Amino acid sequence: MRILVIEDDQETAAYLVKALKEAGHMADHAGDGDAGFAMASEETYDVLVVDRMLPKRDGLSVISELRASGDHTPVLILSALGQVDDRVKGLRSGGDDYLAKPYAFSELLARIEVLARRNTPSEAETRYRVGDLELDRLARTVTRGGETILLQPREFRLLEYLMKNAGTVVTRTMLLENVWDYHFDPQTNVIDVHISRLRGKIDKSFDRQLLQTVRGAGYVIRDDG
Amino acid sequence: MAKRFRFRRGGGTNRLRLFRTTAFKLAAVYLAVFAIFAGFLIFYIAKNTTQLLTAQISEAVDSEVEGLARHYQVGGITRLARVIDQRSRQPGASLYLVVTPDGNILVGNVGAVPSEVLQKEDSSLRPVPYNRLDEEGRAGEHLALARVFALPGGFRLLVGRDVGERQRFVSIIRQALFLTVGLMVVLGLASWIFVSRRVLKRIDSISATSRQIMTGDLSGRLEVTGTADEFDRLALSLNNMLARIEALMVGLKQVSDNIAHDLKTPLTRMRSRVEEALARSDDMAGCKDALAATLEDADQLIRTFDALLMIARTEAGNSGLGFGPIDAAAVVADMVELYEPVAEEAGVVLAAEPQQGELTFIGNRELLSQAIANLVDNAIKHAADVPQPRVTIGLARVPEGLEVAVSDNGPGIPEADRARVVERFVRLDESRTRPGFGLGLSLVAAVAKLHRGHLRLEDAGPGLRAVLVLPDQELPADERDDASTTPPAAAALA
Repeated sequence: MRILVIEDDQETAAYLVKALKEAGHMADHAGDGDAGFAMASEETYDVLVVDRMLPKRDGLSVISELRASGDHTPVLILSALGQVDDRVKGLRSGGDDYLAKPYAFSELLARIEVLARRNTPSEAETRYRVGDLELDRLARTVTRGGETILLQPREFRLLEYLMKNAGTVVTRTMLLENVWDYHFDPQTNVIDVHISRLRGKIDKSFDRQLLQTVRGAGYVIRDDG
Repeated sequence: MAKRFRFRRGGGTNRLRLFRTTAFKLAAVYLAVFAIFAGFLIFYIAKNTTQLLTAQISEAVDSEVEGLARHYQVGGITRLARVIDQRSRQPGASLYLVVTPDGNILVGNVGAVPSEVLQKEDSSLRPVPYNRLDEEGRAGEHLALARVFALPGGFRLLVGRDVGERQRFVSIIRQALFLTVGLMVVLGLASWIFVSRRVLKRIDSISATSRQIMTGDLSGRLEVTGTADEFDRLALSLNNMLARIEALMVGLKQVSDNIAHDLKTPLTRMRSRVEEALARSDDMAGCKDALAATLEDADQLIRTFDALLMIARTEAGNSGLGFGPIDAAAVVADMVELYEPVAEEAGVVLAAEPQQGELTFIGNRELLSQAIANLVDNAIKHAADVPQPRVTIGLARVPEGLEVAVSDNGPGIPEADRARVVERFVRLDESRTRPGFGLGLSLVAAVAKLHRGHLRLEDAGPGLRAVLVLPDQELPADERDDASTTPPAAAALA
């Protein structure tokens, strides 16, 4: 995956580029808004990581200009401003996701990977399949090995989000944001308990565990076999 | 030298200050307006009175002339001369003069008049300067209004009245004008000096107190004289403001002390752990464990900071920011749904009480949800230890607006501690063994305040009942289009 990091703090940028390369991606770096805009419009990237406050040109204006010129590359905004209204402003300017500083790299990586999948056909699929687990988005049914599994509406949405991003790690905050549409920190392991309930329904009576916990990062649904 | 110079400059400024006051400007304007008014009034009275007097004189002269004309018709110039002679001797007589064709005075009580006055053909009433009979010297010492007639045979007759009375009257009026205006100026100046000095004194006292407060003594208050005038009202509002600032400062100090304690503890822990790991750097597994624990502590610190910042921003926030219509019942249902598995794991029954009525209101969905989440989280933690623990979320419409009540049947909070638990970092569990930062209720209170409401803690008998009171409010104009914006996450899932 090709990623462009537009970030003015040299140390943060160097760390990000190095960590993204270690995670198996190609990463470029631009140090200010003008350079970032130039690179983003000349080259093709899978995801842009844009700091909100940049020298020369502010991050939000880089994004809105890119969008105005017809560039729809997914954008992840990084910002020290983490309030709900800041987030709304960032997303309105054309950003696809918003992450407040300081963040864990695992959170950033998970979000980048989910963003990059946006342009893949899985978005339009009506049926997801991981191993012998199947989810039908239209009929709203879940089966595993041909056996129907009954889920609560929220459990269905949770599984739907996990399966849409099958093979990609999703974090607890991403789940709270995308499944519940809340952006606050619940401070308790609410998401973990929901996951363990879901796991009890889809994995418990089967040998192969599909819904896996990634320590220090989040959860992933995949078929290891 | 320098001191004296400064003093003099100070004195000059002080005098200038008197002129710069609002009282001076007002006094000057009023003085000018009243002077113009008085001038106009006196001018009007003088003009009308003069006219009246002139009319009276004219009438008197006319009737005299009429009478004299009858005497002349009957007895000719001889009788006329005799009558005039008689009349002119009476006290308060009019002025008479008969002149022979060669210019000598035949009879009359007028000493001399300018000769050209007598030569005029026109016999209308006009001002004539004259001398009295008993006076020597030049003509024009006195002024009369007189008519002059030409009699057959070249004789000339002058009949008139002295206008000294009129002149005196005019001069009295003029004097009154000067006196009035003069008195007005003096009184105006006096009242201006009195008012400005009084006002300046009050203002100076206010300035002095504010300077004292600015140097850091927040306990200073403005003087209230008890006269309930505008200065007292101003002083009272400013004193209220100062009391609020003082309370905030005290709160801030308390909070920073608590922050220092609650943030320094994990930092110290991290530091000693890293130090220890560095000392035993050959133990790879130990180092890794230390790093993992440090990361966990750092995350915890970041969360605490985030929570603090959020409270600060919510407390300082503009009411109305990010506000939109919210279905409170849906939010409560969401929270029950979100926390139900956690509650079940802790053995707590979590349920929403039956609701009824219109439960939509204007607010910030995200913050309100977080506030309810904090209350539910607290309730589950505290109810977990009692038999048959139960947490309920009630939603009711009250005259004030909307009430969201989270009740548990746990140990509750003693009444004396209820006000304190809302403060930042306050945890009744002094051993601090339970998870949490002691920020949960502070945020709830801040959210309530942002919605112009408040958080009320009551006894649920047994247990605690935390009631979030949210008054109804108008949707702010600039947020109206926000309400229709689809949340991005929902759009992504659709």
